[in-house]
Amino acid sequence: MSSASSQSKISRPHQRKGSSSDDKSRWDEVSVSTVVPKMRTTDLHAYFGQVEVLKGISLQIAEKQVTAVIGPSGCGKSTFVRCLNRMHEVIPGARATGQVLLDKQDIYQGDVDAVRVRRRVGMVFQKPNPFPTMSIRDNVLAGLRLNGERPEDPDAVVEKMLQRVALWDEVKDILGRAGTGLSGGQQQRLCIARSLALEPEVLLMDEPCSALDPIATARVEELIHELRKSYTIVIVTHNMQQAARVANFTAFFYLGKLIEHDRTDVIFTRPKEQRTEDYITGRFG
Amino acid sequence: MLTRYARRRYVDVIVRSACVLATLVALIPLISVLYYVTRRGIGGIDLAFFTELPKPVGESGGGMANALQGTLKLVFLACLFGIPPGVMAGMYLAEFGQTRFGKWVRFSADVMSGVPSITVGIFVYSLVVLRAKHFSAFAGGVALAVLMLPTVTRTTEELLKLVPESLREAALGLGVPQWRATLRVMLRTAAPGIATGVMLAVARVAGETAPLLFTAFSNPFWSSGFNEPTASLPMNIYNYAVSPYEEWHRQAWAAALVLLILVLLLNISARLLVRSRVGAR
Repeated sequence: MSSASSQSKISRPHQRKGSSSDDKSRWDEVSVSTVVPKMRTTDLHAYFGQVEVLKGISLQIAEKQVTAVIGPSGCGKSTFVRCLNRMHEVIPGARATGQVLLDKQDIYQGDVDAVRVRRRVGMVFQKPNPFPTMSIRDNVLAGLRLNGERPEDPDAVVEKMLQRVALWDEVKDILGRAGTGLSGGQQQRLCIARSLALEPEVLLMDEPCSALDPIATARVEELIHELRKSYTIVIVTHNMQQAARVANFTAFFYLGKLIEHDRTDVIFTRPKEQRTEDYITGRFG
Repeated sequence: MLTRYARRRYVDVIVRSACVLATLVALIPLISVLYYVTRRGIGGIDLAFFTELPKPVGESGGGMANALQGTLKLVFLACLFGIPPGVMAGMYLAEFGQTRFGKWVRFSADVMSGVPSITVGIFVYSLVVLRAKHFSAFAGGVALAVLMLPTVTRTTEELLKLVPESLREAALGLGVPQWRATLRVMLRTAAPGIATGVMLAVARVAGETAPLLFTAFSNPFWSSGFNEPTASLPMNIYNYAVSPYEEWHRQAWAAALVLLILVLLLNISARLLVRSRVGAR
């Protein structure tokens, strides 16, 4: 343990979650192996053409927790989350082997429809990407509408989702305007609302704040704290402070391999691996 | 001796004047065509021009209502036969164009856009007219559609490629199937641009004469349906202009002006479409 202040920072997600001190003492007992996994990868390999980007990742994603994936550029962290909802294979020449369980089902089995997987495992991208031809309102409903669904009360869905991402008060009077007219941070929250409208079980966030300013970043991070109550979240981040702020668990990737995966406070205060320590102390990366 | 800065300014003035001069030279034919056609054509335009059939030689008056109708008919057929396959081929190229077949299709589209229009006319003549044993609006529409096809295909492809890939990812990430993402996100986003490209292609074929010479041919009367020879503005301009009659010359100029305005209107509405898209952002 390095210092009292960093310790309190790191345990913040936990403190927010439960208020009883009972909870807190239990948290110290928690380890990667004892939590309930929502997803689990076993010997996951991913390729771009001949290049192997992920070299056998076996990792558990804890249910209704935030798992951060950190590591230097090119370590495969984005590819990893894209494998979790079969978005990896969308890129020409990309393929993946191994097992990825969602609940008890292997999503890479032959008869599983990738489209169905993506409805259960939503995704938020690095750059906010609202649909430019649609209004704010229609962007929230886009996932439902593009899938041919007609919600009974679309206005209620729009309000609920925008409330959930804390955007409602800012946009409730301009729902008819283009989503692309919002600021970057608002656009990103709109995109999160768009994903949530499909009621996914898992939300993958691929560097959701890297295109945002510090204030917008803080808003999105607050949002992640809120969402953790109902969703399993995997967040890729470049920013170690961010991982420390938002995640209960952190996985450190290096050169396509999983180096270490543990509770965030453990990773940042007493990592087992030398490479993890070198990276989080800024010695490389 | 000049300093470097003075010399640079000197060169700047010379090059800039040369460019302005070249622009003016380029403008001369453009302006004079517009001016000349308007001056010669405006006199021949009256209500009768738009409502009456051509009068026999020797009689004054009459109009080109049938040619106007014919041109609209031909353009309609060209759009009908040309736009759907063009847009779909463009979508194919944008989505799967990196295959060997795709490259081959793209190359042939590029070659086809350089094929002389009279060649297309002959092609359709042997394909449609010889078989049907008569000229028809249908054959003319096919010829114009063939002419339009490469432009529509390549425009669609280019504009679809301009749509950021991140939008497709957004749609796929929402569990939308690929075909729906293409149609409802990619094509939808590119639609105003594609419409503009299509309109410009239509404007171009609306003034074509050569492919109509032996397909739609010409007709001094109303043509009913799409299976008869049909008069058209460009064909009438050609026939009237080479005739020895003063009255017909006058009408040829009037027809040229009307055609010019028609093409201009198509062009302007294409620009407006682009502007409304930019404005919406």
